Amino acid sequence: MQLPILSILIFLPIVGIGILLILDRKRHKGLKIATLIISLLEFLVSLPLWFDFNSQTAAMQFVERREWLPTYGISYYLGIDGFSLLLIMLTTFLTPLCVLATWDDIQVRVKEFMVCLLALMAGMIGVFVSLDLFLFYVFWEVMLIPMYLLIGVWGNPARRVYAAIKFFLFTMFGSLLMLVAILVLYFHYGKTTGTYTFDLLKLYQVSIPFNMQFWMFLAFGLAFAIKVPMFPFHTWLPDAHTEAPTVGSVILAAVLLKMGTYGFLRFNMPLFAEAAHYFVPLFSILALIGIVYGALVSMVQKDLKRLIAFSSVSHLGFVMLGLFTFTMPGVQGGIIQMINHGLSTGALFLIVGVIYERRHTRLISEFGGLATPMPVYAIIFMIVTLSSIGLPGLNGFVGEFLILLGTFQVNKLYAVIAATGVIFAACYMLWMFQRVIFGKVTNEKNKDLKDLSWREIAIFAPLILFIIWIGVYPSTFLDKTKASTENFVAMMEKAKSTQVSQSHVFKGEAQ
Amino acid sequence: MNLIIPSFHLSSIGPWLTLTVTAILILVLDALSPKGRKICFSWVALAGLAVAALQTIGLWGSSGTDFARMVYLDNFAFFFYFIFILGAALTVLISRQYLEDYGKNMGEYYALILFATVGMMLMAAGAHLIMIFLGLEIMSIAVYVLAGLFREDLRSNEAALKYLILGSFSSAFLLFGMAMLYGASGGTLFLDDLPLRLGADPAMAYLVLLGIGLLIVGFGFKVAAAPFHMWTPDVYEGAPTSVTAFMAVAVKAAAFAAFARVFFLAFPAVKVDWTTVLWVLAVATMTIGNVAALSQTNIKRMLAYSSIAHAGYLLMAMVAANQLGAISLLYYLLAYTLMNLGAFGVVILVGRKKDRYINIYDYSGLGAQHPVLAASMALFMFALAGIPPTAGFVGKFYIFSAAIQAGYIWLAIIGVMNSLVSVFYYLRITVLMYMKPAEADLGPVVFSPAQTAVVALTAAGVLAIGIFPGCLYNLAMNAVKIFPGL
Repeated sequence: MQLPILSILIFLPIVGIGILLILDRKRHKGLKIATLIISLLEFLVSLPLWFDFNSQTAAMQFVERREWLPTYGISYYLGIDGFSLLLIMLTTFLTPLCVLATWDDIQVRVKEFMVCLLALMAGMIGVFVSLDLFLFYVFWEVMLIPMYLLIGVWGNPARRVYAAIKFFLFTMFGSLLMLVAILVLYFHYGKTTGTYTFDLLKLYQVSIPFNMQFWMFLAFGLAFAIKVPMFPFHTWLPDAHTEAPTVGSVILAAVLLKMGTYGFLRFNMPLFAEAAHYFVPLFSILALIGIVYGALVSMVQKDLKRLIAFSSVSHLGFVMLGLFTFTMPGVQGGIIQMINHGLSTGALFLIVGVIYERRHTRLISEFGGLATPMPVYAIIFMIVTLSSIGLPGLNGFVGEFLILLGTFQVNKLYAVIAATGVIFAACYMLWMFQRVIFGKVTNEKNKDLKDLSWREIAIFAPLILFIIWIGVYPSTFLDKTKASTENFVAMMEKAKSTQVSQSHVFKGEAQ
Repeated sequence: MNLIIPSFHLSSIGPWLTLTVTAILILVLDALSPKGRKICFSWVALAGLAVAALQTIGLWGSSGTDFARMVYLDNFAFFFYFIFILGAALTVLISRQYLEDYGKNMGEYYALILFATVGMMLMAAGAHLIMIFLGLEIMSIAVYVLAGLFREDLRSNEAALKYLILGSFSSAFLLFGMAMLYGASGGTLFLDDLPLRLGADPAMAYLVLLGIGLLIVGFGFKVAAAPFHMWTPDVYEGAPTSVTAFMAVAVKAAAFAAFARVFFLAFPAVKVDWTTVLWVLAVATMTIGNVAALSQTNIKRMLAYSSIAHAGYLLMAMVAANQLGAISLLYYLLAYTLMNLGAFGVVILVGRKKDRYINIYDYSGLGAQHPVLAASMALFMFALAGIPPTAGFVGKFYIFSAAIQAGYIWLAIIGVMNSLVSVFYYLRITVLMYMKPAEADLGPVVFSPAQTAVVALTAAGVLAIGIFPGCLYNLAMNAVKIFPGL
């Protein structure tokens, strides 16, 4: 009998919330330490997933299944494959670092903050491990509430409410249409097979007429595209990122956005494979627009967080481009790029958080020459910047290279356009880095800034470790996803051959 | 001439009798008690409701009819009995302190609540259209009086008068519709007989449709469906808050009980016609309710418009007119009872004495001042908006499933988009509570034990049936087996 690790991962934070609720709300340190311990425990619990994971198979592992609403075909059904494994590890790895990052940052309503953080953690894990569409939808929606509160309560006083509501309504808009599509799919499966179920693996099997796939792909796709976010649904992101507290931005960038890309990989493409092939041009072009547009807009940002937010649009564009190649390197690159973006952009937001805590501003023009007062900070900032622009030897390079490789096999023009994004990224990141770190200290207030404390170094050290690890020896991570990716690519390949015949039928009907 | 009295069992209407006797007892106690002495009428009422609940449990599972086929004995009715008893009990609990603050802790109030509950039960169990009408009138007249309970208050007067006049008008429509059906069917109003008899004479088809149309007007008024919703905001705002809560949940549930029973049972043959009409009503009701709620600053008025919107969702379940639709109707009404009464409980608590603070801006900073109360309110708001893991989400999920199963995908899409609109105004309350500082010091909230218990119980209930909906689903499925046509 195996331990139900996935359930423990979901419920440990919930138990943690219970513990926090009975603690004294005035003891801020105690609350933070308790949360740190819970998140570290969570990380420890997730480690066996990594080590016991069988990389040879694409089948779901660590499966747990309990009936939840049997008359409706709803079950509590969990399992992971290579895709979810990496994202879960990213989540459990980042959360303790996030808790550490709140040490000086969050001083009001600490208890509520920690409760939200733990609820968010449970929700994120839940999204990545659910194999039942109903369960998945529940986690997907539940997560909105704590994130909304994180932005709205602890954000920047000026525009936090606007950003929080915008975030909530945008996401909800997409997910509600997805709910309709989920139900249509459910009844379609029921009518075709006679049994009604939300079991994802069974739903994979059913054949869906193309015009139905067409609409359902769009409905699911909208929900995920908003979350990713893909151009032109990205407008909530800069606001949410800029107004959220540091930790909120980190989790938003590192994990929440990945839910969108993960959704495409797990639900949209395998469920509606033929429609996915049909939509490759549309989504690839949107991804390309995102890459170039995000980069160009980043260049003119005055606010550090806004700059990083728009760079996320660009980076996620890469991920989407890779996933929509349906080739081995493209998809693997997309997945590894999700992790990279989580590490690098998460680290960048933490880096901005460090100086924001000291100066309470994020305007690039306020800084300059920080290398003099903060040498350690400057080094870490440099490594992360270089990782974000894809310097060989650091993680960003691996992802972008694989994605470009995959894209080149499919469409050379796309690859060329995407490659310009890499160049632009170098422009805006290095220019920003130069303006903040190099030169003379022009602003008096920056003269005596304190360099990183040990706590802050402890936050960045593990991040840097993995940034270099993935850059130097990505096989550790690529191997875990290999079998799942092969399976995915084969599935999409099979759908392509049927799509050719099906789309004829579709066109024939239309005439 | 021989008068034959058909055999009957009093136990079939046990809950009605208990509540009637309790109500009379309260009136007598009130009359006999010396002036100024306080008697806990609420406890008597609660005891009566508890007995009625036990009797309903005893009746659960029985079937057939009684009293010369006038009363149905089936789980559909009993399920609604539970909803009414729950609604009445929670209303009684939130009322006492509230009424005492107004100096109105009168026996009549509790008696009227119980009488109204009896009327509702008649509506849910009536097997004859006249029974349903009687139930509707018993309920309505009691509620008219309750709405005007604060007779020194102009708004309460306005509410009562408006409700009375428009309510009577709608009752007339309902009765006229029944008359049409009586003619069309060749002289019967038994729900069991209607489907066969109505189809017998094709020449009467128009009369049937006219009758159904008039019934829709009558029921539409009681459930506050657009365009018959005009009275709702004013009446809900003017009536005492505890009465508003009662009207929003129990009266609506009773009207839907009769509505569903009559339409599902008696008119399956002309389903196409009335589902088309209800489709339009559902869309109009949701949209008008939600859009109008967006601009409200009085919390009672906001909840009034939100209750209109919820009537729209429930009408979707009627439109679906399948088994799942009926199940979702039952589930949603129970869930709605819990979440809405919980929300009104918070409104009463935050209003402090005599509804002093019922503007939504009075909720500013509540999260810092009373974290648990604010968290409960947030929970109710998220539940009303239909966000998991609450009962509101599961309810909406069932309703949308039913609509999609019946092939109304556009209706479902309009429904989810309406939910999105509603999210905005429900979120605004959480924004005020957590993200804005208090505008002025309104003084601490005084927690009376009964009111606190209501908020706590409903909050727990909203979560419990949201996370474990299975048991209730099975009960509801059991209850709707009486509709063979679905």
